[in-house]
Amino acid sequence: MSQQPAPSRISAGVRIRDLRLSQGRAQAELARAAGISPAYLNLIEHDRRSLTPAVRARLAEALGTTGEELEAGREESLLAALRVAAAAAQDQIVVEAERMAEFATRMPGWAGLVVALSQHADALERRLAGLSDRMTRNPYLLDTLHEVLSAVTSLRSTASILVQEPEIAADWRDRFHGNLDQDSRRLSVTAQALVAYLESFEQDAALLPPQEEFEAWIADGRPQEGLATDAAKDLAQQWSAIESADRAALPDGAMAGAAGADPLWFAAARDLPLDLVLRRLAAVEPESGLMICDGAGGVIFRRPARGMAAFRAGDPCAMLPIFEALAQPGTPVQRLIETEAGQHLSALAVARRLPAPSIAAPVLSRAVMLLRPVTAEGETAVPVGPTCRICPRSDCAGRRVASILQR
Amino acid sequence: MTTRTDILLIEDEPNIAEAIRFILSRDGWRLEHWPEGGAALERIGAFRPRLVILDVMLPARSGIEVLAALREDAALSSTPVLLLTARGLTEGQGAASDKADRVLAKPFDNAELRRIVAEMLGTPE
Repeated sequence: MSQQPAPSRISAGVRIRDLRLSQGRAQAELARAAGISPAYLNLIEHDRRSLTPAVRARLAEALGTTGEELEAGREESLLAALRVAAAAAQDQIVVEAERMAEFATRMPGWAGLVVALSQHADALERRLAGLSDRMTRNPYLLDTLHEVLSAVTSLRSTASILVQEPEIAADWRDRFHGNLDQDSRRLSVTAQALVAYLESFEQDAALLPPQEEFEAWIADGRPQEGLATDAAKDLAQQWSAIESADRAALPDGAMAGAAGADPLWFAAARDLPLDLVLRRLAAVEPESGLMICDGAGGVIFRRPARGMAAFRAGDPCAMLPIFEALAQPGTPVQRLIETEAGQHLSALAVARRLPAPSIAAPVLSRAVMLLRPVTAEGETAVPVGPTCRICPRSDCAGRRVASILQR
Repeated sequence: MTTRTDILLIEDEPNIAEAIRFILSRDGWRLEHWPEGGAALERIGAFRPRLVILDVMLPARSGIEVLAALREDAALSSTPVLLLTARGLTEGQGAASDKADRVLAKPFDNAELRRIVAEMLGTPE
């Protein structure tokens, strides 16, 4: 059966990111040219901020294109943002999801306001969670506050002794004066460090949770100063370790000309593990996407293929072949998939069991999936989508929870 | 005949330890000082003090861990402990600090420290 691919609808954020990357430009450089902050551009590229007419015009000029071209993705971007806003609505609020497109078309100003308010609330929630996390679990902050408390305790006791105790010997008095001087200096330095640290809370990057901050950093070509939170830096470090191990097992020289190769053939011909080959192919194929998850389905790494919308927060689609692969470790699963936006991708996934640290430890597994954009012909595609809550597909066998689009 | 130590102060901040040693010695208490948590239990066993003043944030082993180990030690478990801590213990620390006889929050008033020690030990010999 021949299949007519649906037109691929790309959001304005993805369009801007693709244009920027095709011009080989860093996020910071484009942001500077457009007169906006890199963090704001990052949010726009990941569809977390709507494009105002003024910013759209500046970005279009900086990218050497027209506002209309960027505008082409605006409607889909607005609808996607409205779906996210509706998914976050309280249960008692009934959203007329079936009239969303009509709402966006007839009242774009009001729709934009709903999206802006929703994004603002989302940003505030993220910021609150981030601040709470940094305040209560940050070892640097706890150490610094302990330092302040120690200095203050010593100052108070020593000052009280000097003021209240009668007849203190000269040598003791000198020692206590010395201690006061020492502790007051320590308090000054620590207080300055604390203020500098708290000021860093203002950084926009704190608005993104660590996984998304890490993914945005990868998408932006890993800029030097790109990561703000320690958790995102940890993720980057872990990913770097995986890449280094992969490169050692399958060096760059062996990957020359490998882009586009059949992964199964490539792995079999060299007697290499397929998951290693999938990760290395993704590294040399900028248009391909990659997803890695653990046996519980927790996402460890994800990079969308060219043209795909950025991955959204929430549990990933259960229809993705990577989860089918998890059910049969060692057996490759190859499927043609179709995203909710009509884009077709060739997906190849494989899972493997990890070496158990001891006989009493549970068996853990990990799965890898390579995603390549393709033009679909002759095969039935597996329908996949974003997280269930904002997925428009009905009659889905993998659905976990009702979509707000089907109320 | 050796004289028994009244108080073993386990505190890593030298200036705080110096201030506490000064005021409690003035009141007539015999006081020894130890600056970390790693060997704190051994020092308590060696000195057999009538009271341990124990800081929570210590190098090597926290005051909370030292206190838990002390209460598990058959020979030393009844040693009275005054815990010096920051106000607002975390949840886990709060449960652990129940093993202390008294808790004094930093920064403290010297007179308050003196009063608590006198309540716990009576009058110096």
